[in-house]
Formats: sequence, C-alpha cells, structure tokens
Amino acid sequence: MKQSRWDALAARQPALFALVLLVLSLIVNLILQPNMFAKDTLNSNMRVFLPIILMAVGQAIVILGGGIDISVGGIVSIVNTVLATRVGLEGSPGEMWQFVFISLLVGLLAGAINGFFIAYLRLQPIITTYATSFLYAGLALLILPNPGGGIPGSIAALYRNSTPFNLPLAFYVIAILLFVWLYLSSTRYGKFLLAVGGKAEAAYETAVPVTAVQFSTYVISGFTAALAGIAITMLSGSGNADIGNPMTLNSITAVVIGGNALSGGVGGVVGPVMGAITLGIIQNIISFASIDTWWETLVKATIIVVALAAPGIVNLFRRRRA
Amino acid sequence: MKRIPISPPVAALLLAVILFLLSGLLPNGFGSDMDVARAQAMNILRLAVFLGVIAAGQTLVIISGSEGIDLSAGSVVTLTAILTYVIVNGADEKVLLALLVSLAAGALIGFLNGVGVTFLKISPFVMTLGMAGVVTGTIIVVNHGNVSGRVAPIMTRLIARPLSPEIPIPNALIIWLIFGILMWLLLERTTFGKNLFAIGVNRVTARLSGVDVTGMNLATYALAGALAGFGGFLVVGNTGVVLLQLGQPFLFPSIAAVAVGGTLLSGGKGSYWGTMAGAIVLTLITSLLTTMQMPESVRRMVLGGTLLILISIYGRQKSLRQ
Repeated sequence: MKQSRWDALAARQPALFALVLLVLSLIVNLILQPNMFAKDTLNSNMRVFLPIILMAVGQAIVILGGGIDISVGGIVSIVNTVLATRVGLEGSPGEMWQFVFISLLVGLLAGAINGFFIAYLRLQPIITTYATSFLYAGLALLILPNPGGGIPGSIAALYRNSTPFNLPLAFYVIAILLFVWLYLSSTRYGKFLLAVGGKAEAAYETAVPVTAVQFSTYVISGFTAALAGIAITMLSGSGNADIGNPMTLNSITAVVIGGNALSGGVGGVVGPVMGAITLGIIQNIISFASIDTWWETLVKATIIVVALAAPGIVNLFRRRRA
Repeated sequence: MKRIPISPPVAALLLAVILFLLSGLLPNGFGSDMDVARAQAMNILRLAVFLGVIAAGQTLVIISGSEGIDLSAGSVVTLTAILTYVIVNGADEKVLLALLVSLAAGALIGFLNGVGVTFLKISPFVMTLGMAGVVTGTIIVVNHGNVSGRVAPIMTRLIARPLSPEIPIPNALIIWLIFGILMWLLLERTTFGKNLFAIGVNRVTARLSGVDVTGMNLATYALAGALAGFGGFLVVGNTGVVLLQLGQPFLFPSIAAVAVGGTLLSGGKGSYWGTMAGAIVLTLITSLLTTMQMPESVRRMVLGGTLLILISIYGRQKSLRQ
C-alpha cells in the first residue's frame, strides 16, 4: 500500500494533530477571554494546568514503553496528604523543602513498587496499577482521614505568584521537562524505550534490557506524579486524600490527545504536554462560555470524543476520495 | 518459570472458599453456626451476580483483543437502571418493555463505541471513557438529578428475593447460572465465539482466514453494551432506587473480575467461568472488609494488596526468555 503524504506526515509527527487542537482551543479561548495572554491570567491558568502536565509527562513515558499507570492519582494523594499533615499551615519553609524532598522519594518508591510487579514479576500493567492505586489511595486516607491540614501561605504564594522574567513559573518547569526529554530521546535509553513499547519480545531478542527499561518508566512516572502532587498542594494550599483520584484518567486522555498510541512505541512527550494544556483550556472554555452547569459534563465529554475522532474522520474521507 | 498447573477459575474459586471459611473465625464471623454461614454465603453470591453480569460484556470486549476494554459499562448501568425505573414505574406489565429498552439502549451505546474503535481508530480505552462522559452528561442534562419512578413488585420478586421460603437460593443466582451457561455456549459453541478468540489472538490472521473482523468488532462492542444494559436492569431490580453514581462503582471491579478470572487483558484467551469466579472473589473480599468494620483507608489497602497477591499468583505474563 502506497503511503500518502498525509499518512507519512502523521506517522512521522504524531504530535501534529495535538498542535492543531491546541491552537484551535487557544483561539476559542482567546475569543471568550480576550485578556488571556495578560501576565496574570496566563500565570493563573498555567499554575492550574501544571499538575496535569507533570502527570501526563510520566504517563506518556509509561505508555511509550507499552504500559499504563492507573496509580498516579494515588501517588498525588499520598504526597498531598504527607505535605499537608507533616508541614502544616504553621510550618517553616525549611520543613517544607525537607518534606518536598521526602515526597519525591515517596513517588520514586511507589513507582518502583509498580515497576517491580510489572517488569520483574511480569504482571499486567492495567490491573497491577489498579491494585496499587487502592494501596496508595488507602495510605493517603490513613495519613489524612478528613480533608484539612495545609502548607504555609508563603510557600503557596511562591508557587502561585512567581513569574520570573514576566513568564509563569510553569513555563520554566515545562521547558526543563521538554529539555530533559529531548536529551533522553537522543540517547540510547530513548531508542530502547520506543523499542520496548513497540514490541517487547523483538526488543528482548536484540539485547535491549527490556525489564530494566519497563521498570524505569514506572519510576519516572512515580517521580512526575510526586512533582504533580507537590504542585497541586502548593496550588490548593490544603490537604485532601482524594485530590489525585480524578486526575488519573485526565492524564491518560492528555497522552492520547497528544498523539501517542496507547499500545506503546509511538509518540513522544511534547504531544502529551500539549494535550494536557488543551484539556485545561477546554475546561476554561466551558467555564467562560457560561454553559449551564447541567450541560458541563456532556459538553466536555463531547468535545473530547470529537477531538479524538477528528483524525479518524479526516482519514475516512481521504480514503474515500483516493 | 514453572507454572502452577491449576486453572485460574478453579484457583479463584478455591481461594474464595478458603477466604470464606477463614472469615468464620473472625470475631463477628459466623463461627460454627452453619445456618448463618449458609445465609452469609448466599448473600455474597447474590451480590456477586450484579458484578458478574456487568463483567460479562467486559469479558467479551477484553477477549476481542487490540487493547479492547469497555470503560462505558458503569455509565450504561446507570442509564439503563434509570430507564427501567422510569419506564416500569411500578407496573408489572411494563417490565418486559423496560428490559428490551435497556438491552437496546446498551447495544446502541456499545455500537457507537464499536464505530469509534473500528472506523475512527480511536483507542478503546479513551473512546469508551469519552462515551462514559457523554452518557453521564446526557443523563444529567435530561433528568437534572431527579427521576420519578418505581420498580415493579415482580422485579423485586424475581431478582432480590429467594426462590421460595423453603429453598433459600436467591433468584438472582439462578438467573446468573442460566446466564453463565448461555455465555459459555456463546463463547465455546458458536461461530461468534470462535471468531472472537480468533480476532483476539491475531486480527490479521483472522481476517486472512475469512473472519469479518470489522463486523465482529462492532458486534462485540454492541453485545457488551447490551450486557451492561442488562446489568443495569438487574441492579435496579435489586436496589429498588436509582442514583447517578449507581453504575460507576462496578466499572473497575468488572475489569478486575475479568483479570482475576484468568482472562488475558491483551486478549485472545479467557472464559466467562473465570469472570464469574473473579466476581465472587472480589465481592467476597469487599463484603468481608465491610463486615469487619475496618476504616475506609484500611479497606482500600487490603483490597489493593489482595488483588496484587491474587494476580501475582497466576496473572503473570509469559517470560521474555523462551
């Protein structure tokens, strides 16, 4: 079968569609909210999007490696409850950074537990991380049975209001993430990752350390989930053991909108980051379009389904014409 | 790696029996009172029916492979439960109509899932997730959170009550047994079943052997939707009340039941007996945790841990080294 130029482009640049979608949603948002690119508005949007962006990056790496991580929401909740109970509203910045460090270790450990069961014991990713999501969510609830606690206001303000060189803090975080990814994808590890996600057996036969690569993806995902947990705690300033729960499926949707195949081996991290921003903007549009609250769920779900269906519809029409 | 020569459904069922007997030793367990033990066992089996029926469609979709999964099952259950509730409105003669409408509504939603997955090439995970949002959103828009209706006495009689005062076997259990036999016939004794396993193992070879892969895929999703619709009909017959969150708690347990029953989440291998056993084990664990009156946090952790141990015992994938 001869590949058309469109197909070739779509195969080489899986994130292209995510970019189109991002630009489209940005335009709609700009119409509804003309001051969107003003410094303060931009910052207040980006600080809300950042936790999902962070999760989407880790999720993207797991999915690239042929897995899926349903436990990320649980990890976010653990980090949130640890920070909210151990630092507290009266805590000092020193304590805060100490527990931020501990939180990152917790994320790495939780990811390593996932990775151990999936890569070394060879359990199925979806059901394993589903099981560990209960472990993590239960632990979060054990740490903080009722919503409460918090972090010092000065730290929360640092996250909310930092705009170095007049750009939101989130931009720098995203830039660092993308830089690390660009470096990683140029190394042997990046090639191994796509090989493992594409076909693990074939990768194994060509001496790719499949088990180690699979393990590493979950550790990375645990780490970014912990970062997301820190970000959302600084954003909300308080603790809630169920805070991460609804974020899990959003992170997966962001990755898929970003053009990565859920079967693994196709895509990158740039697309998922754009996917996560698009999801946030869609939420923005819904709240600014003053849609009746009864309609919110339906409108949001329909936009997402249409967005996912669009490349397929384009392909259908192209095939008919050809 | 040496494999345990016992089949997953048998292992799951054995485990359920052992767990149940052990639970008798708990402080508020049944002890040596056989009547209480039997009543408890029957009650757990009765509760397992609903999860088991909802997981039937999930089993089909998962066997069909290509990342097949149905995340819309929970919202379909809610939808058909509400439909049944409203249509029946206390009248015995409307029950059959409500059942047919439930099956049709479920089949329609499943068919739309199938169209998205087959023609628009959307990955099943996000397609059915998006569909869940659309269905839930539609329910919210249409009924604004309040429905008026009632289940009919005959439904309560046929679903929630025992066969007769002398024979304390719940009717739901008998329905499930017949349902299980039909599912077994469908999977093992029909062309549909053979083709289903064929496309689950390898779609290309299946197509080359003359299987209508597109048609099979559409039929599988539509049937899965219809079965979830039947699940909703049964659930409302048991509870007698509807709420927006009725179906959602069944969603991930239905996937877990399939996995615990030894069906490969990658497709091509599995049985409905396994899913039935899985549904019983999961219901047993949750009811035990509830009767032991543990806090929610501990309950979640024990459930996650048990699930992890269960799948570690026999949910392992083939070793990379052959």
